[in-house]
Amino acid sequence: MEIKTTAVAGTLESSDIQIMISKGSNGIEIDLESEVKKAYGDQIEKVITETLKKYGLENAKVKATDKGALDCVIKARTLAAAQRATETQDKPDLEVL
Amino acid sequence: MTYVKNRLRRTMMFVPGNNPAMIKDAGIYGADSIMLDLEDSVSLTEKDAARMLVYEAIKTVDFGGSEIVVRVNGQDTPFYDEDVRAMVKAGVDVIRLPKTESAAMIQKLVKDIEHWEDEYGIEKGSIGVMAAIESAKGVLNAPEIATATPLMMGLAVSGEDYTADMHTHRYPDGRELEFARNMVLQAARAADVYAFDTVFSNMKDTEGFYRETNYIHELGYDGKSLVNPRQIAMVNKVFNPTKEEIEQAKNVENAIREAKAKGSGVISLNGKMVDKPVVEKATRVLETAKASNLIDEEGNYIGE
Repeated sequence: MEIKTTAVAGTLESSDIQIMISKGSNGIEIDLESEVKKAYGDQIEKVITETLKKYGLENAKVKATDKGALDCVIKARTLAAAQRATETQDKPDLEVL
Repeated sequence: MTYVKNRLRRTMMFVPGNNPAMIKDAGIYGADSIMLDLEDSVSLTEKDAARMLVYEAIKTVDFGGSEIVVRVNGQDTPFYDEDVRAMVKAGVDVIRLPKTESAAMIQKLVKDIEHWEDEYGIEKGSIGVMAAIESAKGVLNAPEIATATPLMMGLAVSGEDYTADMHTHRYPDGRELEFARNMVLQAARAADVYAFDTVFSNMKDTEGFYRETNYIHELGYDGKSLVNPRQIAMVNKVFNPTKEEIEQAKNVENAIREAKAKGSGVISLNGKMVDKPVVEKATRVLETAKASNLIDEEGNYIGE
């Protein structure tokens, strides 16, 4: 799976997370901003990484701005951003979720 | 989750499909049904993201026993096919089709659902369908729409689109909706499916909300669509049977029991014959009372 463009999914509203994905060459690199980073940062990054790998992306730069999202929201937003970045949003890959 | 044809459906609360905060909390208000929306409340550029969010939410969020309905995008949009596929895979209870105008549209939806049920190894008939009636054509075809499939859960009037189609708009007295409300209700009753009234969006007009809810309850509607959780308790207040109605229903039940014990075919209560419609009404009253926690297991009144 190849990243074709920089793409964003999710909002900055409460309980959401905004995920921006762009081309990378050094594995999955995540820059996370979250008020609960101390307690949940590792878990949030784990969900993002697992979702991207399951989708078939090995290299990507991810900017994540968390507003208290549940795991199910993180997964959904990560996949939405990944499919937009690979320009495949017309064929949702539900197997990843 | 699996579709149940008969259950209490007084309140159907609309929740925008791309709003995680509202989806997350939707289950705490005690709505009988929650309608997660992929259609009008989601902008064209967010359809893909909303679909994934709703899919994940159905799979993981606890909606507290509410029935889960999803309004997919219309059959004339490029989003419809993937919406239906995702919702079948997620295991939604009911799919609501917007802008329904014919039985053929509902039959197409059922065929599409069955296709994906096959594909994902889900038992056929696990998902019900409902039709939103939003145009003059839809209202006139309500009888054929209501009987289009055994999986039909119900019909809902959608006032905003319908009044626009009729070259009018909504008025406080609701006269512009009279024909549609009656037509849809008749069609639903004749087909033995549920009937839902349209939303009332002016949250400041409490009196108007009660007036409209009382009116549609009098007509015989099963429930009302809502946009705000504050309206749930208000609708329940209107739909709950009164203490007198519950007592009367219990008397009818006792009379039936007595007649059975005596081996008598004729049931009488206070010297009057109890016929089938009276028995059916009593059963309905007691079921609603039980579901609303107005009576306990033994039938004792525990409401305020």
